[in-house]
Amino acid sequence: MNINKRLLPIALAATCNVALLHGAQAQTDYEVPRTEWGHPDLQGVWNFSSNTPMQRPSRYGTQEFLTEEQLQEAVERQTRSAAAAEAAAAQRVIDPDAPPVTDNPGGYNDFWIEVAGIGDTVRTSHIVYPENGRVPPAVEGAPRAFGGLGPDIPGIRPVRYVVGGIAKDGPEDRGLSERCIVGFNSGPPFVPSLYNNNMQIVQNQDTVVIFTEMIHDARIVPLMDAPSLDDDIRLWSGDSRGWWEQDSLVVQTRNFNGHRQTFNSTGANYDMVLTERFTRTAYETVDYAFTIDDPSTFTDKITAIIPMTKVAGQIYEYACHEGNYGMVNILRGERMAEQRAGGDDS
Amino acid sequence: MKNFKNKMLSVLVLSLFAAGASAQLDGFPRTPSGKPDFSGIWQAMTKAHYDIEPHAAAYGPHPGQMGALSAIPGSQGIIEGGRIPYTEAARRQRDENRIGAIDKDPLTKCYMPGVPRANYLPFPFQIVQSTEVILIAYEFAESNRILYVDQPEIQSQVDAWMGHSNAEWDGDTLVVRVTGQMPDTWFDRSGNHHSWEMVVEERWTPMGPNHVQYEATMTDPNTYTQPWKVTFPLYRHVAKNYQLLEFKCAEFAEEYLYGEWRKEGTPIGNLPQ
Repeated sequence: MNINKRLLPIALAATCNVALLHGAQAQTDYEVPRTEWGHPDLQGVWNFSSNTPMQRPSRYGTQEFLTEEQLQEAVERQTRSAAAAEAAAAQRVIDPDAPPVTDNPGGYNDFWIEVAGIGDTVRTSHIVYPENGRVPPAVEGAPRAFGGLGPDIPGIRPVRYVVGGIAKDGPEDRGLSERCIVGFNSGPPFVPSLYNNNMQIVQNQDTVVIFTEMIHDARIVPLMDAPSLDDDIRLWSGDSRGWWEQDSLVVQTRNFNGHRQTFNSTGANYDMVLTERFTRTAYETVDYAFTIDDPSTFTDKITAIIPMTKVAGQIYEYACHEGNYGMVNILRGERMAEQRAGGDDS
Repeated sequence: MKNFKNKMLSVLVLSLFAAGASAQLDGFPRTPSGKPDFSGIWQAMTKAHYDIEPHAAAYGPHPGQMGALSAIPGSQGIIEGGRIPYTEAARRQRDENRIGAIDKDPLTKCYMPGVPRANYLPFPFQIVQSTEVILIAYEFAESNRILYVDQPEIQSQVDAWMGHSNAEWDGDTLVVRVTGQMPDTWFDRSGNHHSWEMVVEERWTPMGPNHVQYEATMTDPNTYTQPWKVTFPLYRHVAKNYQLLEFKCAEFAEEYLYGEWRKEGTPIGNLPQ
């Protein structure tokens, strides 16, 4: 029997949900392995893909986890959606001898898009604070801007979002990931996205490295009482310091450069203080939690929890800038279009 | 009796040798399992990034605008034997690369430098040594490497700008075999080059509390008539609270790479916030 790839996460979720719902007790028995320096061993390659929404659908109110009935309903809903998608695909098949759609290997995009089962956490949202699971109201005057894969949306520089652009006059008009400056999911903080949700943790006695696949960013976290950088030294990924609280690694990051949004298409992260917490709860799981505190952007803090799953593989070099032919094509294409229009681009 | 004397002499020589080796490692940190601990921030003090072969001081690019600031300082080089043993065709390629080299050097574009060049750039790098992996984070272009220690089953699967690194211990020396490097990287600003086939064997040996002797042997029959080696010391940054800083140079290379396609009159770069 072939299991359609899109149904596989659902099947896994349905199979595992009982274990997950009753797994809390088992997880408390988990003994965290130690490094040779005696610290909790968080090392390895981890994946933070998720199908859980970042913000909680309002129908769940302050309910943090799905009930068994709601989980079952969600599984059935996704199953119906997948079946409808298959039926729609079947209608497009004009070859009467074509194999059944369940044997269809799928399109090119299928192999690189990451999916995770809805039952991985049975959370109603990643955001757990504010208690309604929603992003709090923005401070009046905080900038908001939206990118995307559609047409450009005119705006002003700096472009702080990651994908899309405000124009094609120069590279600065494009999103930060299109410029290969920061990854669209690697933060900090990490936010599950379409693909390459991979990171690696490396530890020694007094340092932790949080190494992201996207844009090959190695964030070095000293585990010592070192002072923060001078306030004038502002960085795309901020300046991090870490410490252990019981078996959790806590990382606090500040000195962001203000050229990125704080969260949810809102703000500039100049005043943001980000606190991340990494806790190994099982051999194959690290619970990743982050709290955003940016009084210049949001009227309240935001805390989210995202489980990360162990990957039996390695991080590959994401040489975005070295292969960024897209930027040349975007700008050159626009200049050519202007030329064809007789130089009048107004 | 003669045999006894010879044995005693051998013991004495070995003892002196061991004492010498131990003296070299006095004060060099070790991990709990007894391996030399290379963790720390390191930097080379050579001028080899201009030219790894011996060279005198010379004019640099844009002397009319930059004067002495762009001039190339002299250097004795870092190559054992002084010169790279190029094949004839590869030497011609190097000489061609040298014409207008500053515009062809991949580092001008903020491309990752590859190995061993990353280790003698005028930028620091940090080693974070764990048991099964060792991470090297280079400040330039935020390039970095994961060294897989005693895991020969993990092999290069796709070429990368910083290659694929397999490490093992030879006594107190960390030996790293680097394969799968892109052929596009150079050794310096002077057009010294290699092919896709290059294999680099690095040897990292503690020489004192704050010194490491670094060696790299390049083997590439496509480009060289025989293997050749670079050697230079690495120095530990000892300043209190010293740390790597971000150098995301992709931003600074945009005008160089894309400027010809910029709409005339639009501003370059973003102002500080």
